[in-house]
Amino acid sequence: MSATGIGASVRRKEDQRFITGKGHYTDDISRPGQAHAYFVRSPHAHATVRGIDTAAASAKPGVLAILTGAQLAADKIGNLICGWMIHSKDGSPMNMAPHPALAAGKVNHAGDAVAVVIAETLAQARDASEAVKVDYQVLPAVVDPAKAQAKGAPQIHEGAPNNTIYQWEIGDSAAAEAVFKSAKHVATVDLINNRLVPNALEPRAALAEYDDGADSLTLWNTSQNPHVARLVISAFVGMAPEHKLRVIAPDVGGGFGSKIFIYPEEVVCLWAARKVGRPVKWTADRSEAFLTDCHGRDHVTHAELALDDNGRITGMRVKTIANLGAYMSTFSSAVPTYLYATLLSGQYEIPMIHCAVDAVYTNTVPVDAYRGAGRPEATFVVERLIEVAARQLGLDPAELRRRNFVKTFPYQTVVASLYDAGDYNASMKKAMDIHDVKGFGKRRRVSARSGKLRGLGYSTYIEACGVAPSAVVGSLGAGVGLWESAEVRVNPAGTVEVLTGCHAHGQGHETTFAQLVSERLGIPIEQVSVVHGDTDKVQFGMGTYGSRSGAVGMSAIAKALDKVEAKAKKIAAHLLEAAEADIVFQDGKFTVAGTDKSLAFGEVALGAYVAHKFPTGEIEPGLKEGAFYDPTNFTFPAGCHICEIEIDQDTGRTEIVAWTAVDDFGVVINPMIVEGQVHGGIAQGVGQALLEGAVYDADGQLVSGSFMDYAMPHAENFPSIKVDTTVTKCPSNPLGIKGCGEAGAIAAPAAVINAITDAVGHENVTMPATAQVVWAAVRKAKAVRAAA
Amino acid sequence: MYNFTFHQPTTLRQAVNLLAKNEDAKLLAGGHSLLPVMKQRLASPAAIIDISRIPELSGVELKGRSVVVGAGTTHSEVANSQVLKDSIPGLAEVPASIGDPHVRHRGTIGGSIANNDPNADYPAAALGLGATIITNKRRIAADDFFQGMFTTALEPNEIITKMQFPIAKKCAYQKFKHPASGFALVGVFVSKRGSDVRVAVTGAGANGVFRVPEFEAALKKRFNAKSLDGLSVSADGMNNDIHAGPEYRAHLVGVLARRAVADANARKD
Repeated sequence: MSATGIGASVRRKEDQRFITGKGHYTDDISRPGQAHAYFVRSPHAHATVRGIDTAAASAKPGVLAILTGAQLAADKIGNLICGWMIHSKDGSPMNMAPHPALAAGKVNHAGDAVAVVIAETLAQARDASEAVKVDYQVLPAVVDPAKAQAKGAPQIHEGAPNNTIYQWEIGDSAAAEAVFKSAKHVATVDLINNRLVPNALEPRAALAEYDDGADSLTLWNTSQNPHVARLVISAFVGMAPEHKLRVIAPDVGGGFGSKIFIYPEEVVCLWAARKVGRPVKWTADRSEAFLTDCHGRDHVTHAELALDDNGRITGMRVKTIANLGAYMSTFSSAVPTYLYATLLSGQYEIPMIHCAVDAVYTNTVPVDAYRGAGRPEATFVVERLIEVAARQLGLDPAELRRRNFVKTFPYQTVVASLYDAGDYNASMKKAMDIHDVKGFGKRRRVSARSGKLRGLGYSTYIEACGVAPSAVVGSLGAGVGLWESAEVRVNPAGTVEVLTGCHAHGQGHETTFAQLVSERLGIPIEQVSVVHGDTDKVQFGMGTYGSRSGAVGMSAIAKALDKVEAKAKKIAAHLLEAAEADIVFQDGKFTVAGTDKSLAFGEVALGAYVAHKFPTGEIEPGLKEGAFYDPTNFTFPAGCHICEIEIDQDTGRTEIVAWTAVDDFGVVINPMIVEGQVHGGIAQGVGQALLEGAVYDADGQLVSGSFMDYAMPHAENFPSIKVDTTVTKCPSNPLGIKGCGEAGAIAAPAAVINAITDAVGHENVTMPATAQVVWAAVRKAKAVRAAA
Repeated sequence: MYNFTFHQPTTLRQAVNLLAKNEDAKLLAGGHSLLPVMKQRLASPAAIIDISRIPELSGVELKGRSVVVGAGTTHSEVANSQVLKDSIPGLAEVPASIGDPHVRHRGTIGGSIANNDPNADYPAAALGLGATIITNKRRIAADDFFQGMFTTALEPNEIITKMQFPIAKKCAYQKFKHPASGFALVGVFVSKRGSDVRVAVTGAGANGVFRVPEFEAALKKRFNAKSLDGLSVSADGMNNDIHAGPEYRAHLVGVLARRAVADANARKD
């Protein structure tokens, strides 16, 4: 291992820029003549818009234009789309309701945009927005997914009867019924996977500019996948052809999924820039972010696990209602189906699984992928079921897991996933050793002496990452393939630029991608720069989400590097006057085997561009290669997290006192970055388990619409986390990488709730497990014990 | 934020004159309550009178059997005052739980008391110590000063200048933090000064800070956490929001009162 190659904990190259405030985010960019957009948003969750009077507002100082949905429609600007087709079990396609960028006659969630004011300054735009008179006829709202399909519930979209988007299933319900009829033991859970607000540090922003000379548009935006944004805005919204639309996602301050999607504001800024003839900038304020960034999770689930007398799982049945909010966001349909139900086998051999998912509309902000996307929801179901089953059977939860672990690979689950490699017992054993599970009983007694309840919870999770083989996702309804592209440009003096279709918004690609190049070409990482996020520089790419940049994006780079090496060898052979077959490339040197004749990488690079004596027709000048890589399978990172908590019985306050994470991410490029990703993921998962919850009232108002009411995790909520890894190489990509970005958020909620329920002795603890929730559970458990 | 005219007086007299002259004016001390609502355009005062540059409003001073704290004294100054640490340590400990270092270096004790946020900490301390609120016009007993959430006895054109805190023999504050805002979900301040025993509760009541006479009576007999055994406050009139219901808040009042009494007794004189 070289000092900066694969496996080295290299400090992040990009941090100097970020930490010293020198990053360039969308809002940092200003264009000459720039105007500002302020959106007029519905205060109501559900209402008919009878009229919009912009006369008084238009007369306000600085106003350049006030645009509404009617004008948008008149200009034939198309609707936003959901790009993944899901069919219901009866074969009918999902009910995708129109999603105009500005509401057309009806608003469907509080915060839905009805008009936009474009003015010289932001303050002027905001002032004028208050003078826009919107005549709303308020309609009853529905916010609870469990009530959306009820008779008499308010109907949100024509063409979606009972607010139902699809009724999807996987598995054979009759066969599952048979398994449960003959089951010796059945464990049951009723779960709410609480709705979350992503809250990236940088709020969303868009800056659009129209060049009327070239008739082209440029959009700077906070996107995790600028090429997909260009594709959708071009091909579906119809804003401009692709070659006339440049999308640049510069530094982006966190995404967590919420910046994958194509949002109304980007479309409106582009449209307005062309209409007004001025660059138009919009940056969400935090309140706007709460009301318009796609939320995450929001499932209501009933699940059962069947077991035999030996504690072997014989079947699983799951029924989930997934809330997709007021409109179907870009990838929303896939999250509660193919990113959820396909993971319900967990780390276990389960011979029969049936899962039915109803997706519904409600008068809430659209819901889409959020760190983990479907997999945290699946893990929560599986890991709660197994914990409850273990307690019911009187078995040690670790032992029940061990008995049911998948042990031979590849393993074909009954829910479509093909697990390629893993050693689940190895990671659990290592985690148990590091955590000193054996000493838990003693620690519990010590806590009891000071009146505290202590609990320990496991989460042996699995996820599907490295999204994804194009043929597979295509057959499942995806509108795009999920390969990745790379281009490696070697400059004449031997420095290297790597162009990637991935996008970094916190992941550290500028470091890890450079480490791969350093390893392969034997040059220091300082001589490598990573270019991403600009559709004019990178030809096409699919962006970053689903822990795909390592497994898929770096595999594409590796493929391009193979080509660079092959060509460089040819050039070296020519320069060294040797046969190409005799050239050995090692540690950045091309050597003629068995001689001391060699050339450094930089010398060969220079030779490639000087090209003075290349035999005409045999060697092309230059050293630049591109590659597209399409993975052969998903990757399956997995691991074991152990959470230990202490509860103050008087107040119900839960304190996490210890956490151990042992993950199998396959080959690790930079252990320090991986550890950071695990820390961050756990923090988000703990946020979901203990603190975070988006709450709507019955009228559809987001009650938890600010940081005064929406509790984010703080450093003080955590002990020092013990992070370690086990490694089984991923056979599905050339680098053996599985991915690590989401693991913590996937594993953590179940670990926390399993620990709390262990401490309390009562299974009904909802998320977020606030002090009040835990206090009530402690009281309930005491009452049950007293009655027994 | 809407436009406003900005005044920055350097004497109390100037401030009072400005307040009388400007209708719809607001006093700005630390600004941590006022500025957020102005930014959200929920408040739009025509004039702002910044009283943070008035020297006579700041400082902590021992005066006989009480400590006088200037209204403009920041949370951090209260926390670090040697006079308070020595004479009323329970009061000096209150600001440690307020906000973060930025807030504690800007926010003021007078601002907090004048605002009377139902979840703020200082109203519990003022009521729990039986403080006297001194304004440019008069002296008001804490018992008369707090009149419901965001409501006080202050009249228009009246500015709090100081608070006089009697030195209690024993006192302590216990706070259960709101998980998001860090304000008091429930906070209880207890004190004992001769036969005067006080238990003041913030965060819990739907009508702002209040005293608990049953607890006080029991503690007067014996100032010990055990004296509160079997006693509880009713859930009627308690706040109910997405973070805590009335029953839980009422329960926390009892828990925190016991802990505060234990803390007060554990303190070495």
